[in-house]
Amino acid sequence: MSAIADVVTGSVPVSQGQISAEIAELADEHRSGTADLAQPLLNYPPYRSSLLRHPLSELLPADPEGVELSAPCFGERDVHALDADLTIQHDGTPIGERIVIVGRVVDAHGRPVRRQLVEIWQANASGRYRHMRDQHPAPLDPHFTGIGRCLTDDLGCYRFTTIKPGPYPWRNHHNAWRPAHVHFSLFGTDFTQRMITQMYFPGDPLFALDPIYQSITDPGARARLVADYDHGVTTPEWATGYRWDIVLSGSVGTPMES
Amino acid sequence: MTLLPATPGQTIGPFYGFALPVEHGADLVPPGSPGSIRVHGTVIDGAGAPVPDALLEIWQADAHGNVPTAPGSLRRDGWTFTGWGRTSTDGAGQYGFTTIKPAAVQEGCAPFIAMTVFARGLLDRLFTRVYLPDELLAGDPLLASLPPSRRETLIAVPDEHGLRFDVRLQAGPDGQAETVFLQYRVGGS
Repeated sequence: MSAIADVVTGSVPVSQGQISAEIAELADEHRSGTADLAQPLLNYPPYRSSLLRHPLSELLPADPEGVELSAPCFGERDVHALDADLTIQHDGTPIGERIVIVGRVVDAHGRPVRRQLVEIWQANASGRYRHMRDQHPAPLDPHFTGIGRCLTDDLGCYRFTTIKPGPYPWRNHHNAWRPAHVHFSLFGTDFTQRMITQMYFPGDPLFALDPIYQSITDPGARARLVADYDHGVTTPEWATGYRWDIVLSGSVGTPMES
Repeated sequence: MTLLPATPGQTIGPFYGFALPVEHGADLVPPGSPGSIRVHGTVIDGAGAPVPDALLEIWQADAHGNVPTAPGSLRRDGWTFTGWGRTSTDGAGQYGFTTIKPAAVQEGCAPFIAMTVFARGLLDRLFTRVYLPDELLAGDPLLASLPPSRRETLIAVPDEHGLRFDVRLQAGPDGQAETVFLQYRVGGS
């Protein structure tokens, strides 16, 4: 449904113009504010579903302790090497533009996050998720589930082969469309680094219109969610290539200065 | 040294169902096994309504305060304790993990289960702690820094099923306190 549950029940759907005006207003307001603009604002009214799902209190500053100073371990028994290729999970080849996504996961000090789990999920080439709540009238692809997993290597690098996802409509407002994206789930060396985010594709015309992307009000910060086209990753006669590096927050067992 | 700016988070969205939940993800130990407890509750929004599409993860020490280092959380073998679990809420916003009571990792600290909360509508993950009823709670500095109504949101309540821990994403019209969520003091975040 792109989310039947994203309908604001009982209200008249607002226009893209109204949402865009709210996005612009919040961008101005926060440019002069003190909030951490490098992360999404949890209270971001243009994304209507955030209204009742964000805490009203400030987050409580806490020094990580105990288990928070380490992270769960994943290994070869959790992930099969073929899990990183989303195009070979069925008997046939999925329809769409075959792509390779590579990148490196590092911490705030630039150190590789080694042998750690990366999970992705995405819509198919026509913008449809294999999910019972996705009612977008676009075709499911019997040869594409849209989920993948891998472990980073000793340099912190990951690599997925997949199909470029399509944009899709959702019901945040009238004629709302999400820019094409791949969901990424990441673990670090500390529990405190756990994060889920979305990777976007360069030059998407829907960026300016999308309240989820725009919830990161610093333009430089949200640009870090956009992959680069990388011809060095492109494989002749096979797939185009994208590169997207990921920086997790700092870990405590790290010198704060060097 | 200049810290690299962290990649921003984004909402988990509604469509993670085929990707993230795994078989036996909520069973850190087999249900019914000796010493097992049920940690369960409801995720609730600011209108007091259950949140049927949240994903919760927990991470904890074992009964001796050791931090697990074994892999296998995604394909459980039924006997290795990995310390990590994942589950989504059901249509009534309820969740439940089967696990064991952790002991404190650091001497003198109150034992807790670390929890991460994801949901559609929640633009970035939230961290919290599930403290267990224990005599050490009184001396815990983080709990002591909170007024009683907020402190209570971090302490699981014993009931007939095990331990109940509700997650309130936002203070509600019924006056119920919002769960305390944490901002870790670490570099680069």
